Amino acid sequence: MAGTIRVRATTSGDTVEVQSLIRHPMDSGFVKDAKGELIPAHHIEVVQFEHAGKTVFTALWGPAVSKDPYLKFSFKGGKAGDDLKVSWVDNKGTSDSLVAKIQ
Amino acid sequence: MNETSDALARRTILKGAIAGGLAGFGLGAFPFPAFADADAKEWPADAFKSKNEAETIKALYGKTAEASDKVSLDAPEIAENGAVVPIAVSSTLPGVTGIALLVLENPNILAAAYKIPAGTQASVANRLKMAKTSKVVAIVESGGKLYSATKEVKVTVGGCGG
Repeated sequence: MAGTIRVRATTSGDTVEVQSLIRHPMDSGFVKDAKGELIPAHHIEVVQFEHAGKTVFTALWGPAVSKDPYLKFSFKGGKAGDDLKVSWVDNKGTSDSLVAKIQ
Repeated sequence: MNETSDALARRTILKGAIAGGLAGFGLGAFPFPAFADADAKEWPADAFKSKNEAETIKALYGKTAEASDKVSLDAPEIAENGAVVPIAVSSTLPGVTGIALLVLENPNILAAAYKIPAGTQASVANRLKMAKTSKVVAIVESGGKLYSATKEVKVTVGGCGG
């Protein structure tokens, strides 16, 4: 799966604010489809943000996180032009990653 | 955070998506099996299956939490759509290493857990699904201890379908 990650990282002083959106169904496993059959759980389990070879944020998600998950956090030590790597993996082993430039 | 600023933030992200999309195209060819293997094990399956508040916290951190006014939980009083409830947690406690969010009336009460390494601020915003009106509990791990804040969110339309 490619192109599922949208990320925006902006600096203010020495703090980098990161906002990300990942395109993912985040099926909870409790919802039935049109035929009345349960849609199996399909959700992201781990999202990781790396900067300068160091993990700056890890999200562990269950199926109660909304569809197309949004995330916002901030870390110190990044500067404009640095790379920020985002990667995720879901409960079916699907994964995607993206390297974005901090603005 | 309110819904309007959320929507605006989303718009700016989508604008930046053109550039991001191109970068993603080039990188999409890389396989990342190492990440998938290493981190799937990190996912606390037991904690995510738990249906009891104390058990969930224990499974996740191995201890119990005490209420603290230094944990700030920002959630709406009334959520019209339980499928998308914007929730933000921040804390003024020093040395925060983890943040977790529990929705007590959901089928499995743990919604999300975040690891906060040194240098990252004790603040996170995300959107959760809520089956019905429920207490939302934010847990913050600081200096080896757990602190919590609770807020009730009224849900008009549940977010777990059915």
